[in-house]
Amino acid sequence: MSVALSAQDISRALTRISHEILEKNLGSSEITILGIPTRGAHLAARIAAIMNSIEGKEIAHGTLDITLYRDDLRLRAPRAIMPTFIPPIGIQGRDVILIDDVLYSGRTIRAALDALGEVGRPRTVQLAVLVDRGHRQLPIRADFVGKNLPTSEKQSVRVSLTEIDGVDEVVIEGEAN
Amino acid sequence: MRHLLSINDLSATDAIGILDTATELARINDGQVKKLPTLRGRTIVNLFAEDSTRTRISFEAAAKRLSADVINFSAKGSSLSKGESLKDTAQTLQAMGADAVVIRHSASGAAQRLADLEWMSGSVINAGDGTHEHPSQALLDAFTIRKHLGKGASDLKGLRIAIVGDVLHSRVARSNVLLLSMLGADVVLVAPPTLLPVGVENWPATISYDFDSVIPNVDAIMMLRVQQERMSDLFFPNSREYSRYFGLNSERMSVMAKHAIVMHPGPMNRGLEIAADVADSARSVIVEQVTNGVNVRMAILYVLLAGGPLEVGSN
Repeated sequence: MSVALSAQDISRALTRISHEILEKNLGSSEITILGIPTRGAHLAARIAAIMNSIEGKEIAHGTLDITLYRDDLRLRAPRAIMPTFIPPIGIQGRDVILIDDVLYSGRTIRAALDALGEVGRPRTVQLAVLVDRGHRQLPIRADFVGKNLPTSEKQSVRVSLTEIDGVDEVVIEGEAN
Repeated sequence: MRHLLSINDLSATDAIGILDTATELARINDGQVKKLPTLRGRTIVNLFAEDSTRTRISFEAAAKRLSADVINFSAKGSSLSKGESLKDTAQTLQAMGADAVVIRHSASGAAQRLADLEWMSGSVINAGDGTHEHPSQALLDAFTIRKHLGKGASDLKGLRIAIVGDVLHSRVARSNVLLLSMLGADVVLVAPPTLLPVGVENWPATISYDFDSVIPNVDAIMMLRVQQERMSDLFFPNSREYSRYFGLNSERMSVMAKHAIVMHPGPMNRGLEIAADVADSARSVIVEQVTNGVNVRMAILYVLLAGGPLEVGSN
C-alpha cells in the first residue's frame, strides 16, 4: 500500500483543475458541474466552491447517478441508487463538466453520457477526474486530470475524502505484478 | 434475493433498501416519465389468474419504464381457463425464457408453490395470493406512509396506523401488519369479530372493535375493501350497519389528528367502508398510492432482477 496523493496534493489538484476548467471555458457562465456519486459528487461540490470563490458568483452544480445506465449490472449485486440532482438551469445548451474520482475502464463515463442524454442536450461534455489510472476499455479520455497514476490491473486505487471517510488521500493497494 | 413471496422474505434492511430505491426512482421520474435502460432484454410475465386493475397495470408500467419486455396474460383468454395446471403454464413460461413471473392467483400459496417447485429458473413475485399476502402493496403503503409522516426517518418508528375493516379476507392487511410492525410502527386492527381471521391474536398488532376510540390516536387510517365476492357467509347484518360502525365518513374524519392521512388499497366500495367525500378529501392519499405503486414496483424489479443478491446500501 502506498499513498499516491496526500490531502495537500488533492487540494492543489482540485484548485488547478478549477482554474483549468474556467480557463478553457472562458469563465463560468455557461458551465454546469455534475458529480458522479458517491465521491465524484463530493469532488464536484469542492470544485464548485473553489470556482465560486475565484469567479465571485454561484456555479451551477449537482449530481448525476448513473447506476441505472450501467452495462455491468448483471455481473454483480445490485447497487444502491444514489441521488441525482440537476441544477434548475439544467444542461440544455450548456457546457457540462462531469466529475469523478477515478477514471479506469471508462464504462462509468459511457453510462454517464447515456444518462445525460435523458436529461437534455448539452453543448459540450467535458470530463474532470482526480486520478486517471489507465487501462481504458472504451475510447474515452479525461479533459482535466488531477494526477496520472500508472497502475497494474491487479492493483486497486482507493480514494478517501473527508466528507465520507474522515481523511483526504489516494492510496494504491496491492503489488504491481 | 431471488423471489418476493411474502414480507417474511425481507429483513427490515431489505425493506428499507427497496423503499430508498423507490425514493430515488420517484425523483428521477419526477415531472416527466423517463425510460431507463436497466432491464433491457429481460422478459417479465404478468400471470393474472384473478382480476386486477391497479396491480397489473402498475407492474406493467414499472417493467416498461425499466425497458423490460412485458408479456401479459390473464386466466380469461388463456389455456388456464381450459383447465391447464399451474405447472404446465410455468413450464411454458420457462420455455419462453421468462426472467420473472408476477403472479396473482385466487389460491393462497400459489406463488410459493411456483417458486418452491423450481418449475422455472426465473424470479417469482407474489402480486396477491388468495387471502394470504400482497407484499408489493404493503411496500407501497409503507412508502406512502414514510413519505407523508416519516419526517426524514428511514423507518416508521413511533407511528400509529389503524387497519380497518375486512381483515379476514385481506391479503393487504396481513402483509401490511408484518411490514409496518417490522419497520417499527404500532398497528391496530379494527374490525367486527366476524371479520378477523383465526390466530389474529398472534399477529404483531393490537385489536380493537371500537373504531371511534381509535380514530383520534392514529397517524394513518387504512381502510380495507369489504370483499363481498369472497363472502359466502353472513359476516355482518347488513351494509348500512357495517357502515355505521366501521365505515369512514366525514364526521369520523373530522376527529382525526391534523396531520393524519386516509389510505385505501382500492378498489373502493364508496358508501360502504369509505364515504365518497372522504375518499376525495385532501387527507386522502388514495390516488397517490397508485403513483407510488409504480415506483415501488420498479424498485422491486430492480432489486430482484438487476443483479445478484440484495446488497443495497453496501458500496
